[in-house]
Amino acid sequence: MALAVPPELEKVIDERITHYPVSKRSAVLPVLHHLQHHFGFLSEEAVEWTATKLELEPIKVLEVVTFYPGFRQSAPGKYHIRVCRTLSCAMAGSYDLMESLCDKAGIDRSGVTHHHPIAVSADGKFSIEFAECLASCGFGPVCMVNDDFHEAVSDVESLLGQYS
Amino acid sequence: MSGITYKSGREPHAKEHRVVFRNVDRNGWDTSLKTYMSEGGYEQLQRALKMPRQEIVDEVKRAGLRGRGGAGFPCGVKWGFIPPTNTKPVYLICNADESEPGTFKDRYIIHQDPHQLIEGMAIACFAVGASLSYIYIREEFPEGASILEKAIAEAHAKGFLGKNILGSGFDLEIYVHRGAGAYICGEETGLIESLEGKRPYPRIKPPYFPAAMGLYLCPTIVNNVETLCHVKHILEIGADQWSRTGTPNNTGTRILCVSGDVRKQGYFEVEVGKVTMGELINDMCGGLKPGRELKAVIPGGSSAKVLRADETFTVGRGDDARKLTIWDIPMDFDTLAACGSMAGSGGVIVIDDSRSISWVLNNINNFYAHESCGQCTPCREGSLWMKKITDRVVAGKASPSDIDTLEGVARNIDGRTICAFGEACSWPTESFVEKFRSELIADTKPELEGAIVNAETLTAAAGL
Repeated sequence: MALAVPPELEKVIDERITHYPVSKRSAVLPVLHHLQHHFGFLSEEAVEWTATKLELEPIKVLEVVTFYPGFRQSAPGKYHIRVCRTLSCAMAGSYDLMESLCDKAGIDRSGVTHHHPIAVSADGKFSIEFAECLASCGFGPVCMVNDDFHEAVSDVESLLGQYS
Repeated sequence: MSGITYKSGREPHAKEHRVVFRNVDRNGWDTSLKTYMSEGGYEQLQRALKMPRQEIVDEVKRAGLRGRGGAGFPCGVKWGFIPPTNTKPVYLICNADESEPGTFKDRYIIHQDPHQLIEGMAIACFAVGASLSYIYIREEFPEGASILEKAIAEAHAKGFLGKNILGSGFDLEIYVHRGAGAYICGEETGLIESLEGKRPYPRIKPPYFPAAMGLYLCPTIVNNVETLCHVKHILEIGADQWSRTGTPNNTGTRILCVSGDVRKQGYFEVEVGKVTMGELINDMCGGLKPGRELKAVIPGGSSAKVLRADETFTVGRGDDARKLTIWDIPMDFDTLAACGSMAGSGGVIVIDDSRSISWVLNNINNFYAHESCGQCTPCREGSLWMKKITDRVVAGKASPSDIDTLEGVARNIDGRTICAFGEACSWPTESFVEKFRSELIADTKPELEGAIVNAETLTAAAGL
């Protein structure tokens, strides 16, 4: 099935492609970001759509999607949480934070692997993954919920309470 | 800096010397062009546009500005590498992929003073003759990306960007390009591949030195956010005055980011080499946590070699040779290199005696195993082996000879890869094993020598 990209989104994407006057291929990452932001993840159709749009072989798009940790091939929850796992945050308690977030949001991470790093709650409201260094090492533990950034997270309940 | 007040609890420390961070956490400051222009914003760009290009390059060279991203390479010299016979377009890329663990400085420049960066970039673009420029910002800074796009639009509307800037005949477009969560995109040739819409596999040098063959195989300058901001200040006060701050060959100020086991973590802009590790930890960060002793410091981002608290370092040669304790080390490029580590990206991670060295090293190894791009076999395989071995150490399922294997793996990566990630991932293991061998061995079990350990139980034990 073809991807249903709303005309206003396509307009934004078309404008974005003009930022790369030398090579349309350079627009692969930005186009994928727009599609992932709209659809939640990058389906096969999204890859095909991007390839057609940028006049590329689909594999040239797929190889990008599968490389970058920032691109997802399956649906996350309504609110996607990324907890920083790297040293300074880990020293500040990010593994405990991950555990309590999973606990409160009802997420089971037992099936998580390197290639499938995201776990989703049964109700589909929250999903979670570990991220590598989010560059706020002095104020850990830090996490992102969708595009929102949270520093020195201690009260998990009030954090999740902001998202309903 | 008279008349400037800072937000309560965010005041700069008395030992700080704020230049690039002058407006960070400042009362009444915001990201608008109006605010930026109220204090001389874009005046240096206007001056620069009337200067001969070579004069700007020479000024930056004379200032001795060294790259703040990690390698510490002289910025003006890098600019000078564009072949003089070049007829191709030149590009300038701002590396805002800040992702070296322990580093958190670019975020605040972008979030709180975006026009400073844009002005620095515009001057740099004019100096090197670039009319198309990108800010490669990590995907995890979505707010930063939109702040920058807004600032670019404002600067465009005022005629500081676009066609024929302020009647000078110089055209410049700056676009924001978001990455997608890969550490390797901070490596300049990996970044360029990524900006070309590909997997960010770093390119081999030679021949792919970006200044000669970079983006679209054209001359390309890649500079860090903090470095580009300094360009504006060098023009403002002149290379002579600028280089009077800091110390010889380590001129100017730089932002140090301190995290880990100190009372007050944070960022501090200091004159390079004028503050010692002791002053940084004890004065600026309020010292260690109550009752704790220093065990180790990683001085320049997680790929910098670790320094042990009780080491003595010999720096200087001949008559200048002197011995330093960890507390005496001036925080500059050359001394940290002489101590066997590096100033790197300015990310200082402090580790006290409550931490298990095996756990710390394992955390770092997990990072590099996740971030290796996979292009070169020693790094792709080796980074994962190092992670697996330290996973075993942490889980109490390693034997003492595993530590030798660990060291052997590390030593077979470094120097055998296309890019510096090979060093970045092996230096932590090499230095931790060298300096904390007995502690690592204490976490292993002699009775497991030769035993086969079930990989799945290990993964579960490491909580991954």
